[in-house]
Amino acid sequence: MSSESSYYVPDSSKLPIFMAFGLLLFVLGAGGTINDLGKESSNSYLLLMASFAVIWGVMFVWFSNVISENNQKLYSDQLNRSFVHGMAWFIFSEVMFFFAFFLALGYVRLFAVPWLGGDGEKGITNILWPAFESAWPVMETPDNENFPGAYKNMNIPGISKLHTWLPFWNTLCLVTSSGTIALAESALKKGNRTSFKSWMVVTISLGFIFVFLQGLEYYEAYAHMGLTLGAGIYGTTFFLLTGFHGFHVCLGAIILTIMTIRGFNGAFSKHDHFGLAAGSWYWHFVDVVWILLVLVVYVF
Amino acid sequence: MSAVIEGHHDDHHHHGPAKGISRWLFTTNHKDIGSLYLWFSFIMLFIGGAMAMVIRAELFEPGSQIVSPEFYNQMVTNHGLIMVFGVIMPAFVGFANWLVPMQIGAPDMALPRLNNLSFWILPAAFGVLIATFFMEGGAPNFGWTFYAPLSTEYAPPTVTYFIFAVHIMGASSIMGSINVITTILNMRAPGMTLMKMPLFVWTWLITAYLLIAVMPVLAGAVTMMLMDIHFGTSFFKAGGGGDPVLFQHVFWFFGHPEVYIMILPAFGIVSHIIETFSRKPIFGYESMVYAIASIALLSFVVWAHHMFTVGMPIAGELFFMYSTMLIAIPTGVKVFNWLSTMFKGSLTFETPMLFAIAFVALFTIGGLSGIMLAIAPADFQYHDTYFVVAHFHYVLVPGALFSIIAGVYYWLPKWTGYMYDEFMGKTHFWLSFVSVNLTFFPMHFVGLAGMPRRIPDYAMQFADYNMIVSVGAFLFGLSQLLFLYVVLKAIFYGKKATGQVWEGAKGLEWTLDSPPAYHTFETPPNLESGEAKA
Repeated sequence: MSSESSYYVPDSSKLPIFMAFGLLLFVLGAGGTINDLGKESSNSYLLLMASFAVIWGVMFVWFSNVISENNQKLYSDQLNRSFVHGMAWFIFSEVMFFFAFFLALGYVRLFAVPWLGGDGEKGITNILWPAFESAWPVMETPDNENFPGAYKNMNIPGISKLHTWLPFWNTLCLVTSSGTIALAESALKKGNRTSFKSWMVVTISLGFIFVFLQGLEYYEAYAHMGLTLGAGIYGTTFFLLTGFHGFHVCLGAIILTIMTIRGFNGAFSKHDHFGLAAGSWYWHFVDVVWILLVLVVYVF
Repeated sequence: MSAVIEGHHDDHHHHGPAKGISRWLFTTNHKDIGSLYLWFSFIMLFIGGAMAMVIRAELFEPGSQIVSPEFYNQMVTNHGLIMVFGVIMPAFVGFANWLVPMQIGAPDMALPRLNNLSFWILPAAFGVLIATFFMEGGAPNFGWTFYAPLSTEYAPPTVTYFIFAVHIMGASSIMGSINVITTILNMRAPGMTLMKMPLFVWTWLITAYLLIAVMPVLAGAVTMMLMDIHFGTSFFKAGGGGDPVLFQHVFWFFGHPEVYIMILPAFGIVSHIIETFSRKPIFGYESMVYAIASIALLSFVVWAHHMFTVGMPIAGELFFMYSTMLIAIPTGVKVFNWLSTMFKGSLTFETPMLFAIAFVALFTIGGLSGIMLAIAPADFQYHDTYFVVAHFHYVLVPGALFSIIAGVYYWLPKWTGYMYDEFMGKTHFWLSFVSVNLTFFPMHFVGLAGMPRRIPDYAMQFADYNMIVSVGAFLFGLSQLLFLYVVLKAIFYGKKATGQVWEGAKGLEWTLDSPPAYHTFETPPNLESGEAKA
């Protein structure tokens, strides 16, 4: 039968087991490194480094194989639809990962903090720290000695001072980049490769500017605002939500950088550019998460 | 790797498996990977089972005899973790790998290399988990639900390894589910519409959706633990403005759908077995599908019924009580349909059917004690007693595990090409059936009388029942060794099975040889006649 009409089932492959081995090294390396934090002599970080080398190496070979198989026209339309399904469900799983942190933030703001302040039917929890006044952001924590609250927060400073507020510029970058990647895709579909490549460069530049500004914001938080991971629940939710989002932006920017390099090397055609499309969906996903995040972390 | 592709792609569909160990390490074949999952699950069943034996030996008499309380806690924790994540879930994924492509007429799973990766992560994750027994501080000891602050402030240092092991376990489940869901949505043979799919495929479609929705939430929960333990955050610390109860909310938002992840595929397996041995099509196919979907959707809004005693506003208690009771309706529809399928059928009682009927009866007992637990005011009495242990063991052992055993007997001739020994199978059934009830039924009584769970010692008045429970547990453990013997005997000395195997069996997998060729349905079968309906 011709490979055009049949579903391509790859022959046995050494890649997955190497990946599983890389993940095993990761668990041992990450667990050991974190358990040995603050100790003088620990070699676990070497294991962690090795695991990254194995994982990234396998991913490189794996994706290269997929690209070369695609170039050999082994993939049918049906198989390409499998990739579409796979990516869509992967993004759904990522949405649910963020959901856990949004759930935590919602629970803390709606229930835990007001209850600690003496609200509602669980008002007895106020007995532990009778002086605690519930407010959001929590600037003064119930046990302020062990969890010294921040002395400044990240909330929106008002419309007139918007230009001094980093998240405003961050939002601008990310929303614009979602538009520019759409322009890049449509240029590719029209066959305008120069325009495609330029919009890709603009997109990833905006992505890296976002990451830079986020880094600047974290520096400000630690250096001038007392806002740290240890600053009670406000710092906790702030850093975990923006941090995981920032991590996903980094990942998305890396994906798009690779796609741009491939674009410059002549990859992708009008009708066959799934790698780029998947990267672009991922980018839209981090954009949507950011908008939700700005609303519940910074504005309201 | 890449050499495999060059020049091979025209004939690689036709050759058989590779020789030796490399077949299993590098395989991309859904049948091989299904077997790997099933054997992994079987091995873990004996490891987790051995831990249960230690627990029951300690509880054979009141007082502290065999293990220290610390080690007892490690046994309870790892018994739960291994049985949930290492036995029941991988076994169902094994069934999905073997059966979904054959039942929908697909050449393989949609993403075969990812499929191999999903499997091989599991030995890595469980290898690390078991290795924690030999590390400083001992294995995790905070229960399989790992509530904070037990799992954060008071946890042994190995909790860090536990967290990362859960992370990769979750990655394995998510990748496996993406594969299953993609296969079902994209690879059905022409003519097999959604409402013509076999029920096992339907249950896995919905199970895979649940897995993709909740495994990331579990990853979120363990990540919050990691941050609280090592990086000074205060998710679960009231002193910083957080709340230990938050952990329970996040965990059970994952945990309750997880419960249905462990039972929905069982519903699918049992439906096939009951219709085969009743020689009648399943009663109420559409209502079965809608019932599965309703159970799955409701599972997202019932999680706090695990937490009635933790302190919740009265509106919360009531909401979670009523939404939990609602689940009884679609579940009742399913039980009703199974009974109606058997009603006036030409029943025969081969081993798979015996296990399936026992499933219907005993799972229903577990379901009914679940309704008792759902009543919030009554739950204040039952909570954290052996009544809860009896409840979830009834749904998981004679529920999920019996369906797995039934499915193995049912499809083993198809998978291996050899028939198992019917007399030994029936012996295995009756031993299991008697001992499982001997083990778990008395737990209801000691639970209602107030015996707390997760404690290595108990008051004198519970001694008689606990001795009975332990005897039942040892017998149940030994019966599963018999199961291993029956399976091995079938593989090595069994009689040759026909392609059809069972007289009443319908579905695409029975149109294939036993065992099926290494690659099946390379061209999709023609289903326009509608024969493939469950």
